[in-house]
Amino acid sequence: MADYYNYLIVVLLMVVGLYIVMAQGNLVKKLIGLNIFQTSVFIFYISTAKVSGGTAPIVIEGAELYSNPLPQVLILTAIVVGIATMSLALALVLRIKRAYGSVEEEVILEQDKPC
Amino acid sequence: MARARDLFATVMLSGIYGLLSASFFILMDAADVAFTEAAVGAGIFPLLMLTVLSSVGRYEAAGRRVRYFPLLLMAVLAGGLFAAVVQMPPFGAVDAPSHAHVAQRYILDSPDEIGIPNMVTSVLASYRGFDTLGEVVVIFTAAVGVVVILLGCRPKTPQQSTQALMAEHKVLRIVGKMLIPLILLFGLYVQFHGEYGPGGGFQAGVIFAVGIILYAMLFGLSNAQRVVPLGVLRWLVALGVLIYGSVGLASFLVGGEYLNYSVLASDPVTGQHIGIILIELGVGITVASAMVLIFFAFTRATRSRDELEE
Repeated sequence: MADYYNYLIVVLLMVVGLYIVMAQGNLVKKLIGLNIFQTSVFIFYISTAKVSGGTAPIVIEGAELYSNPLPQVLILTAIVVGIATMSLALALVLRIKRAYGSVEEEVILEQDKPC
Repeated sequence: MARARDLFATVMLSGIYGLLSASFFILMDAADVAFTEAAVGAGIFPLLMLTVLSSVGRYEAAGRRVRYFPLLLMAVLAGGLFAAVVQMPPFGAVDAPSHAHVAQRYILDSPDEIGIPNMVTSVLASYRGFDTLGEVVVIFTAAVGVVVILLGCRPKTPQQSTQALMAEHKVLRIVGKMLIPLILLFGLYVQFHGEYGPGGGFQAGVIFAVGIILYAMLFGLSNAQRVVPLGVLRWLVALGVLIYGSVGLASFLVGGEYLNYSVLASDPVTGQHIGIILIELGVGITVASAMVLIFFAFTRATRSRDELEE
């Protein structure tokens, strides 16, 4: 079981994040849940990149075994793109607050009812 | 975290979570990723969240019951994923399929082909340069989107020099004054040393942005905008993408493929060096100015909202 410890944590974080997105009514909290979900994917990729006994993928004398650089590249850019898109979502939350006076899902849905 | 009613506590916890995952990435040999996550997950993300909280209110509405259907769904999903995960090659296995294909080539050939020790940088900037261009454009687009959403139809308020919130926190201001030059210097080091050690445009961009955002927090937005005006930031965001794109175009015109830097100089390895330094500069400029621009847009939007309520 110890071989899969990382992946089990990833699954746990992933469902916790998804649960927050589905079950919480507050839009800010939903975004935090989305962030947890996102980070679980980061952790998953970085875990698959690791090679036991390997070192960081920077050439140094005497190192034979390196971790896989490809997933690290993907995640490195994904983090920065993630914060950029997250800020776009937060901007939308601010506008929703301005338009509806609330960021609670139920209140917003209530106001959107076509009577 | 899911059950706390105080959103401020939730945001603080998520900042700690970001810092923890950065340390985890160090353990997993991913130094470049850890830099980025430390600056983004523990710095910019909680800050933006706090700025939003100042506008949407600190506490969420009470009286929600636990929803059982999503809980059930998540349990089923977790069960399925657990069953799938234990079929994967064990953690850290050398012969895992993900290490078998292109990764071999990156590790074995990139030191000779690109001539720089940091494989992450050579994959990011050269082998997968086209992907990275796309990602920089996404960041650019997101920054444009935030500016359009928040500053586009802002309620008209007279521009006044608001007193910095932190004015009375002497200790914070002095410590911040000492730290900010070091943070900016470190950002530049990460930018230009990215070929040899962990670093590069993305990491440097976020670190640099954190330095400027810290300044804006300690000395007020109006002071920070005197240092980097909004208009300049808008140009800088576009300039970075432009540099990246034109390097690709230059290699195109010299006779190679788009973003094939080898043709930029008589010696392919020198050409790669030139290309990578230039595009990392473009990435750094775009990322740093996009992050600062986003932060400024949020602060301005929330403040004009507050003034409207008073």
